[in-house]
Amino acid sequence: MASVTFNRKHLLGIRELEPGEITHLLDTAETFREISKRDIKKVPALRGRTVINLFFEPSTRTRTSFEIAAKRLSADAVNVSVSTSSVSKGETLLDTARNLEAMSPDCIVVRHSMAGAPQQLARMGNAPIVNAGDGSHEHPTQALLDALTIREYKGRLEGLKVAIIGDVLHSRVARSNIHLLTKLGATVSIAGPGTLVPAEFGELVETGLRVEKRIEDAIDGADVVMVLRIQRERQDTAFFPSMREYAVHYGLRPQHLKSAAPDAIVMHPGPINRGIEIASEIADGSSSLILDQVTNGVAVRMAVLYLLGGGSHNEVDVDKVELVRNQTQKL
Amino acid sequence: MKILIANGYVIDPAAGVNGGKDVLIEDGRVSGLLERGREIPAGAEVFDATGLIVAPGFIDLHTHLREPGQEYKETIATGALAAVTGGWTTICAMPNTDPVNDSPAVTRFIIEQAERAQLANVFPIGALTKGSGGKELAEMGEMKNAGIVAVSDDGRPVPNAGIMRRAMEYAHGFELTVVDHCQDASLTLGGVMHEGRWSLILGLKGMPAAAEDVHAIRDCVLAKLTGAAVHIAHVSTRGSVDAVRRAKELGLPVTCEVAPHHWTMTDGALEDYDTNTKMSPPLRSRDHVEALLEGLRDGTIDAIATDHAPHHADEKGLEFDQAPFGITGLETAVGLAFDLVNQGVIDLERLVQLCSTNPARIFGLKDRGTLMANSHADVTILDPAHEWVFDVAASKSKSRNTPFHGRAMTGAAVATIVGGRLVYLNPDYTRITQTRHRNASAK
Repeated sequence: MASVTFNRKHLLGIRELEPGEITHLLDTAETFREISKRDIKKVPALRGRTVINLFFEPSTRTRTSFEIAAKRLSADAVNVSVSTSSVSKGETLLDTARNLEAMSPDCIVVRHSMAGAPQQLARMGNAPIVNAGDGSHEHPTQALLDALTIREYKGRLEGLKVAIIGDVLHSRVARSNIHLLTKLGATVSIAGPGTLVPAEFGELVETGLRVEKRIEDAIDGADVVMVLRIQRERQDTAFFPSMREYAVHYGLRPQHLKSAAPDAIVMHPGPINRGIEIASEIADGSSSLILDQVTNGVAVRMAVLYLLGGGSHNEVDVDKVELVRNQTQKL
Repeated sequence: MKILIANGYVIDPAAGVNGGKDVLIEDGRVSGLLERGREIPAGAEVFDATGLIVAPGFIDLHTHLREPGQEYKETIATGALAAVTGGWTTICAMPNTDPVNDSPAVTRFIIEQAERAQLANVFPIGALTKGSGGKELAEMGEMKNAGIVAVSDDGRPVPNAGIMRRAMEYAHGFELTVVDHCQDASLTLGGVMHEGRWSLILGLKGMPAAAEDVHAIRDCVLAKLTGAAVHIAHVSTRGSVDAVRRAKELGLPVTCEVAPHHWTMTDGALEDYDTNTKMSPPLRSRDHVEALLEGLRDGTIDAIATDHAPHHADEKGLEFDQAPFGITGLETAVGLAFDLVNQGVIDLERLVQLCSTNPARIFGLKDRGTLMANSHADVTILDPAHEWVFDVAASKSKSRNTPFHGRAMTGAAVATIVGGRLVYLNPDYTRITQTRHRNASAK
């Protein structure tokens, strides 16, 4: 296979990536997945490097995942939590960025409640920026870990039918997944209440995306069903009458999966609202890969940090990873 | 003091003049348009306009000066300097200052500050409702006596149709044009850009075109009900252009303006979350831009207005959601308007109509928007061939919030005369006239 490089300085979104770049991120993540299965879960790939997790929005899972990923690569990981309310009153995004830059980090992982903040930080400073979720815009590492999980279970992405159910409008996870899956040849159907799945969404990408009104139509024949979290915190006005009604019409229940492909898998970016967007029987059932997603999240984030903050020219150099592994085994 | 603007090409649609004439100015008024090549009147200073267009002074119906209250963004003096640099002899100041211009005291303050600056004419627009709160009528009659030329709650459109009706009826009694920023706030709540494919891609909250359309249609209906002159500010959607077109067909007293950024850029410009692409109304999609160009072509759109809205770099440096709406426009509008001429959308005569003749008529500015004898000696002198690049570092505005830094343009105002005084001369003027002379003698 021809050697492909990932030469980007930042990972801000999936939309701007080429299919080959995505595939290489996933291939690299696969290599790293093995490290987390060892007794000593650490390689020296990023030794001496500093990764700042700059979280302007509360997050447990994503922050922990990035922190573990950085530490397993031997980087020094620092978590900075800033509440956006204090930012709006005091220090601006620009000043925060300048202050952190002054400490010479090798990579800044940014989570922000407002779309575009990572792009703005990337423009303002010098450090590589990883978008760990910005408003309703993108969450690229989530889409990568979802893709890694699908590949693990289905062996491929091309030609698969994927249903994405729920609050697509406010979901950065849905946007990143739509971009990634359609770029790699999957067909995506999205469905949910008209208020949360506007018909204009069909124009988000050029091909491979369908907008359905009924979740049954999206799930029909699907190989993968992704359920989105109802994000009550992002909804300033009512988009549906009640949680009860939502659960009845748009919540994923066992009977829905009967029309999906026989070996369909179910995914959810978490944290789940049990009994609302997804029935507990499904979340805890055999088709659910929710915990595999979490496991793969660490591998994907290791790959991203390695590629952005790693060796010279940011080349995907599998040999180097192998070398790293050998060194670790000697230890 | 006498000035003869000699050897220029005068375009004055109000006077029906489109040809080579000299303009004689005496004591702040135009004394007449003279045939070229006659003897220079005694004591007259000659302004050589060889190869240049001489137009009645350009009038901006929509300027935000930040004084009183936010002088760190712009003062009346800096705004007026930016105006004359961009070719505008008259700017109409929107009332959303702090305090709001809803009283004769604020109106008089603005006029006094403008007189001190001695640059552009600054005509205040009064608030429609007290504090632009949308509830009680502002003292329009008193403000008119103090010098306002129109009324508006720009930026805070009156949500209640009943109050808007009363405001129109009342303003009509004083022959004040009601200017409305058409936007149904219940449809744009929290929105920061045009709602469409790009807002979905960027994950930013959208403001649907329908929010502008419903208010524009409402205002046209209310113009019919009240008989008031209604001017729709900065139209940006196909729906509001259509609404104005229909209103005009029905003979209603409805006019509208367009801002240069709305025909120059689309919502795709927000791709990098540059806060200098954030304004209200927002940059729209291609179809809406096409509708604006149609409106400019067929005469539905009456005026070009800058919506000059200066903001400090610290404010524009915030997250996209938090940054304020608006961009500066006084120094780029004429260059961008020349794009329309260069692309064949409009001709030069229509350009003058859009920037001078019609604005004067819309606000009823007596003896302006024309170079007929005895009108105010406000003159904008243009070079349609001047190639230049806008450099925000050289901007005369106090603020730097523009998406047009580095943009190459062809066509510019090269001299601005206000009340018979030359208040701006392009630094390249000598080179420009030399080139013009060479071209003229080559012919």
